[in-house]
Amino acid sequence: MADSKTKSNQTQSPEEILATVVNHALDGNDVPLNTLDNKVIKAKAKAMIVRINKGTAERPEMPTNSTQVETTTSAPSAYTRKDFTSDQAVRWCPGCGDYSILAQTQKVFPDLGRKKEDFVFVSGIGCSSRFPYYMDTFGFHTIHGRAPAVATGVKLANPDLSVWVVTGDGDSLSIGGNHTIHMLRRNLDLNVMLFNNRIYGLTKGQYSPTSEVGKVTKSTPMGSLDGPFNPLSLALGAGATFVSRTLDKESKHMQDIINQSYNHKGTSFIEIYQNCNIFNDGAFSSLTDRDTKSDTVLLLEDGQPMVFGAEKNKGIRLDGNIPKVFEFGDKLNIDDALVHDKKDYIIASLLANMTYNPDFPDPLGVFYAIDMPTYEDLIVDQINDAIKKKPKGSVQQLLDSGDNWVVK
Amino acid sequence: MSRATQQVEEVVIRFAGDSGDGMQLTGGRFTDTTAIVGNDLSTLPDFPAEIRAPAGSLAGVSAFQIKFSSKDIHTPGDTPDVLVAMNPAALQVHQKEVKPGGTIICNANAFTPKNLKLAGYETNPLEDKTLDDYFTLYSIEMGKMVTLACEGLDLSSKIVDRSKNLYALGLLFWIYDRPLQPTKDWLEVKFGKKPELVEANVRSLEAGYNYGDTTEIFTTRYKVDKANLPPGKYRNIMGNNALSMGLAAAAEKSKLGMFFGGYPITPASDILHTLSAWKHLGIKTFQAEDEIAGITSVIGAAFTGGLGVTATSGPGIALKSEAMGLAVIAELPLVVINVQRGGPSTGLPTKTEQSDLLQAMYCRNGEAPLPVLASSTPGDCFFAAYEACRIAVKYMTPVVLLTDGYLANGSEPWQIPALKDLPDFKVKFADKSNISDGQFMAYLRNKDTLARPWAIPGTKGLEHRIGGIEKEDVTGNVNYDPDNHHHMVKTREQKVKNIANEFDPTEIFGKKSGDLLILSWGGTMGACRSAAEALQDEKFKVSHLNLRWLNPFPNDLGEILIKFKNVLIPEINNGQLIKMIRAEYLVDAKGLNLVRGKPISSDDIQHTVKEMIG
Repeated sequence: MADSKTKSNQTQSPEEILATVVNHALDGNDVPLNTLDNKVIKAKAKAMIVRINKGTAERPEMPTNSTQVETTTSAPSAYTRKDFTSDQAVRWCPGCGDYSILAQTQKVFPDLGRKKEDFVFVSGIGCSSRFPYYMDTFGFHTIHGRAPAVATGVKLANPDLSVWVVTGDGDSLSIGGNHTIHMLRRNLDLNVMLFNNRIYGLTKGQYSPTSEVGKVTKSTPMGSLDGPFNPLSLALGAGATFVSRTLDKESKHMQDIINQSYNHKGTSFIEIYQNCNIFNDGAFSSLTDRDTKSDTVLLLEDGQPMVFGAEKNKGIRLDGNIPKVFEFGDKLNIDDALVHDKKDYIIASLLANMTYNPDFPDPLGVFYAIDMPTYEDLIVDQINDAIKKKPKGSVQQLLDSGDNWVVK
Repeated sequence: MSRATQQVEEVVIRFAGDSGDGMQLTGGRFTDTTAIVGNDLSTLPDFPAEIRAPAGSLAGVSAFQIKFSSKDIHTPGDTPDVLVAMNPAALQVHQKEVKPGGTIICNANAFTPKNLKLAGYETNPLEDKTLDDYFTLYSIEMGKMVTLACEGLDLSSKIVDRSKNLYALGLLFWIYDRPLQPTKDWLEVKFGKKPELVEANVRSLEAGYNYGDTTEIFTTRYKVDKANLPPGKYRNIMGNNALSMGLAAAAEKSKLGMFFGGYPITPASDILHTLSAWKHLGIKTFQAEDEIAGITSVIGAAFTGGLGVTATSGPGIALKSEAMGLAVIAELPLVVINVQRGGPSTGLPTKTEQSDLLQAMYCRNGEAPLPVLASSTPGDCFFAAYEACRIAVKYMTPVVLLTDGYLANGSEPWQIPALKDLPDFKVKFADKSNISDGQFMAYLRNKDTLARPWAIPGTKGLEHRIGGIEKEDVTGNVNYDPDNHHHMVKTREQKVKNIANEFDPTEIFGKKSGDLLILSWGGTMGACRSAAEALQDEKFKVSHLNLRWLNPFPNDLGEILIKFKNVLIPEINNGQLIKMIRAEYLVDAKGLNLVRGKPISSDDIQHTVKEMIG
């Protein structure tokens, strides 16, 4: 549809373009206006629409040579990245991994085939949680750790919305840990993007619940003592139905995971390794450096053997119940490599446990994905069942029910 | 057999027994039947926090008090005329409050050496004559009687013994001339699936009634005439139930989908239970993982256009406070109900108190004003809940509704309201007309109310972001400008103040000036009104004013206060409303502060008033 729009513009005068986009907008189709490249006409059109809505201007006649397609085609496919870009200046530190995550999201969203007014971003507190301000969708920047609970209310109040939770390792695993696990076990159809930089950035550099043991920070000058959470093991243990991981620098991979997350019905959990170049620079450098990443990253593909290495000559195999890294050779080859099955909880658990283990590569991709009923569907089913059994009554009937008597 | 019938105006009965003796059930049945025969009534359940404290122990005593009358009453009574004590512990705990000359009815079979020892009696008070000088004592072998009555039923002796509360109930029904049929019908519904159990309970109920009828122990029956209530259709109602109905009424009238998020806590859980049973009304209830998720899920629902409500008690409010601040700055409508109980900390979970007023007013960080109102009787919880919802939506603000354990579990006859008579509750979500110059202004306010538009996800063209960071007025964008912050602090305060502009002139019970004004809020209303009535009968120049709204105060309150020489504020706390009144109006009000986990009595108030102006 964006294409047809461009063609029609080329054959129209500026006045005709103006009249066309204004008419479409007044009829409820903002796409031609929003996709207009000519800023002057765009501004004039917006001003005209305001005046018409106020009643101080007449609606222009629709040019006869305008294409009819535009008013009848559904809007979603015509979105561009700009439609998801808000007017607020992005204020993350230059070089922050968050920029990439925002860019990949804005790249993927136009093509999800959903009306943009149906998207809601909910976040907690932290650098990551500023994300909703930069997406031109409905957004709610809430309080520390509570985004999963707020998002639960959003989704339950209107299950037709596409609800996204943006959070960080401190937000979702420390102060909001309780909400995170309960969101996961309920399996609402939510999408969770956990930006894991293994540090507190907004409060200027304290260790986080995913920081490695011995982390020297302002609050742990002699090194941190407590072991880290493994977010994906936690998610699996909490009953998540979609568990995945991607990396800020792997833009295509991230786009694919965001897409799969959107298409999964149930809570989709995406851990995004994200570099904080100010307080924890290089936390994931071994996974991103060209020299090392082929040996440190295991890209998961459903139904495919687990193979990695620059020469694609290494794999993961099971020795009894114990996963092991092996090199292809005379005795063992690709046929011995474990084949990924995203429906297999045991495999997902093995993969999740490779985190923080220097003997293994860090897996990226979809670890686990199964279909389970969503909480909001079950709630709606119960309500519908109740209405069937007891035809939807009025509150007056409720008030009048039970023993009552009349005073004359 | 002819027996004397004595006409009395009002009676106070207290049923007391072990937690497992079914005293709340007995009281509930007596209450419903009393409502049906047309008396005015007021009840006060009083039960321990422990579900089942050791049998026979003082800690395990559970009680239920009812006052019923042929005239309009406001409290469950101060001292009982009749105490039904099912075991020695119940007698030990409650006997000292019985009116001198009152009646005590005991289950003699429970007065075993073991139970007497547990209750701290060295000798059996039913036999040692210690009570005889002060009370009319009836010692009845209820356990034995129900065993005989239930002979032939295929039930264990333990189960049969449990029906002795119905025996006591039957006896009281005879003494006060009440029908058995409503209780029989109720038993049928309650235990219908177990006919043997229904039979056992009915036999015990009848046995108790017949005992009064056939033995000559009871020389007098009492008659309490119907109360002279305004004409209309009535039912008996408990506070939490009325409150739930008020919420449901608000959802129906506003056509908003109701979303209730909450976490179990005494004494508020019944609201969650009640609403969960009303799925056929389309009500969505969510038992959250904690108090914080209870309110934050509601905030999410409110952002999405639902009628958001959460209910808890004081400890839960403490946990919800940060989220309440979020709702204040995000300017979203929701109702936060606090069914107050004794504090601090876990305090007295099953006892009543009014000690969370200042928490409701000031518990949040920053300048975070929000409207606070309180219900004053069990039935009034309905109207207070409806009003809380209406104001929340109209002014786009969280609202705190205060009730308490006494109102929540207490009951009274209630004239059933007609939904059509409730105030209008129209809701208009923002739409395209709220867009100017191509931009939606999330904080462009209504000039009269200062409410911002309610723009819900799914509405084309209104995509916008809100959150806990200070907002620029009009646009709603993040803003750190000093003048804007000052302006927003003042605006949020003014928005709450504006609510007072729609209050009716404040009603005063009694004259508009005089020697003393009793100023009350919440559950102490009944005791204050009773005291004012009694004092006015004695020609004291005393009036009573009950505050529905604690924030904002009514605009005319200051002028009213200065017309009285004295102001007395009875509260079940250490003086909270009094601090607000003194601060706001510089009035030298006096407090009556009794913090005992139970309602202040009308007698206490009368006594204090007479000390002040007598």
